[in-house]
Amino acid sequence: MDSGAANDPFPHRHLLGIEGLSRREIIYLLDRADLYANQPRGAAPLAVLRGRTVINLFFENSTRTRTSFELAAKRLGADVINMQAQTSSIKKGETLIDTAMTLNAMHPDAIVVRHSESGAVQLLSEKVDCAVINAGDGSHEHPTQALLDALTIRRRKGRLEGLIVAICGDISHSRVARSNIYLLNAMGAHVRVVAPRTLIPAAMDRFGVEVFHDMKRGLTGVDIVMMLRLQTERMHGSFVPSIREYFHFFGLDYAKLAVAKDDALIMHPGPMNRGVEIDTEVADDIDRSVIRQQVEMGVAVRMACLEALNREARAPTAP
Amino acid sequence: MTERTLFTNARLLDPASGVDRAGDLLVENGTIAALGPNLAREGLGADVHVIDCSGSCLAPGVIDMRVQLREPGDEHQETLATGTEAAIAGGVTTMAMLPNTAPVIDDHALVEFVGRRSRELGRTTIRTYAAATKGLQGRELTEYGLLAEAGAVAFTDGVRAIADASVMRRALSYASTFDLLIVQHPEEPSLSAGGAMNAGEIATRLGLSGITPAAETIMVERDLRLAEITGGRYHAAHLSTAGAIDAVRRAKARGLAVTCDTAPHYFALNETAVGDYRTFAKVSPPLRSEEDRRAVIEGLKDGTIDAIASDHSPQDQESKRLPFASAEPGIVGLETLLPLSLDLYHNGSLNLLQVMRALTQRPAEILRLPGGHLKPGAPADLTIFDLDRPWRIDVAALHSKCKNAPYDHRPVQGKVTRTVVGGRTVFGLEA
Repeated sequence: MDSGAANDPFPHRHLLGIEGLSRREIIYLLDRADLYANQPRGAAPLAVLRGRTVINLFFENSTRTRTSFELAAKRLGADVINMQAQTSSIKKGETLIDTAMTLNAMHPDAIVVRHSESGAVQLLSEKVDCAVINAGDGSHEHPTQALLDALTIRRRKGRLEGLIVAICGDISHSRVARSNIYLLNAMGAHVRVVAPRTLIPAAMDRFGVEVFHDMKRGLTGVDIVMMLRLQTERMHGSFVPSIREYFHFFGLDYAKLAVAKDDALIMHPGPMNRGVEIDTEVADDIDRSVIRQQVEMGVAVRMACLEALNREARAPTAP
Repeated sequence: MTERTLFTNARLLDPASGVDRAGDLLVENGTIAALGPNLAREGLGADVHVIDCSGSCLAPGVIDMRVQLREPGDEHQETLATGTEAAIAGGVTTMAMLPNTAPVIDDHALVEFVGRRSRELGRTTIRTYAAATKGLQGRELTEYGLLAEAGAVAFTDGVRAIADASVMRRALSYASTFDLLIVQHPEEPSLSAGGAMNAGEIATRLGLSGITPAAETIMVERDLRLAEITGGRYHAAHLSTAGAIDAVRRAKARGLAVTCDTAPHYFALNETAVGDYRTFAKVSPPLRSEEDRRAVIEGLKDGTIDAIASDHSPQDQESKRLPFASAEPGIVGLETLLPLSLDLYHNGSLNLLQVMRALTQRPAEILRLPGGHLKPGAPADLTIFDLDRPWRIDVAALHSKCKNAPYDHRPVQGKVTRTVVGGRTVFGLEA
């Protein structure tokens, strides 16, 4: 959308979603994140964002994503301000657009936004002059999660192309699922979604995924098993009848995992409901579960995103 | 040792294969082994137990896909034991009971209880529906996957409609996860509330509050739309109105995988049977107009209506000897299901295989039960009946604990002479 796109490895003002990113742009972000992930611990903060201000604006509770963004910005040398909806003027009835205008007047360099409504982050991005990163909007997108998932996979498997990835659980309400479907498809992976019919949204065939309602069939021969969190309010008789039944048919345990490839990786965006969507033993399996590595990659991926959107500070070409 | 029984001199009726001819049928160890003309001449040996059917019809055992058996909870009205007594006398070899017992069958332990009792009783096989929503409350789905594993044949809220459209949508959608069937009592409750009989001239004369046929049509039409968007398997129970039957007819023509049944009272009676506030003729949905009754027969004739089920609903004296609007609805029907259905053959409405298909093959296919046909390898569940024998229904002689039927002294034609379950004769009429 900006001029000079030809030489620009990431010609976007905001990061609102994975949909619309090219394979080349995704690889650029992953490569940069890979570099940051390899940096030794305890190194002094970098100067990439020195003197710049990043606002974390979270309208929805989140500890891990906000902390991850905060850490990423600080490691790049930025000043970080955290705003939680509970403590701000939003509680007092200020509209989203008013909040955006107010923050814009403070001239931040980037705003990281999480909101419970799909599309809210885009709306806010239209009202500010700085870069906006979507840290999760409703059931729409969570691009940095998909990027960190991809980086985790790539570092373990060496590639994304050709892998079979099963995304299991509440697809309907999941922004993580949507962002991952876009990203994995763009990178040439084969995506399956596995869930009861009540948790599969309409027109899934239009997203280039295979739909399964049976875990054993859906997991047969897969390289990656991505479990999704089932929200408590959807467990008791509305979308699924009970935790007992959900775990019996759709919870990941060793019996169901047995049909996946021997070296299949287990992923979960967190926070986990142990005994609901995933068995504790499987979640803690140090050989197969990469759930902790996902968290670790989160910081590196967010550093890469903050850097990519900060045009002046960005390296002129790929590393 | 192989136990063998040869049924000779029978008129073999198998709607699934279109067979209607004289012949014999051999049963080995509870399973149909062979059928054809003159099996007896093929030298089967001396150890074969021979049963002479004397020219009677031999058909797959009747499968009654909708009964209420009141156990657990209301054993004074019916028990699983008395229910099977009525069933075998009616030629019914498998029946599916509704989950509207006390407690409601919405937990796998209760499904297993029914299965265990059925095996202990060793007569008609009793299968059960599980509640589609917890406590039949119409709000939260039950554990379809676990209940089906325990043996539930399908999911329904029994004599209550799944009224909330979004709950019905989720029920169909969730059931389709496991390829399970949702059975609806199709009546829009906000239209039927307070009604006692079919809306129309008779209700007006009697001063009774009426239930419009639209209550059924609207619910069926709504459900068909929901079945279409969810891809769920849907069955509408006991259709009684021309409008609803026509809606199903059009849905089937569009290629939707939907099915429906009716009960004998919807083609054997119409609303005039209510007469002078006869509570034995009070049923839910109510007996309809003569046009609706004819539409039911048309629906059976062209295959729009797949099955005939008794809708067996035992009600004791205390529930029926009340002012009409206060009385409970229901007719006991296990023993009159076959003869009343055979009326459709005797009066020329349907051919014999059509009648038997609606009582055997189609219910087996809808509920995915093993029987319903005479193919070798099928369970030897058989109904043997004298097609032409005339008799009068004697309500006092019914085996059910309750005698609520509006058919006393009604002449019918066709009598069950022997009922066979798993190769074993469980009912035989003394010659």
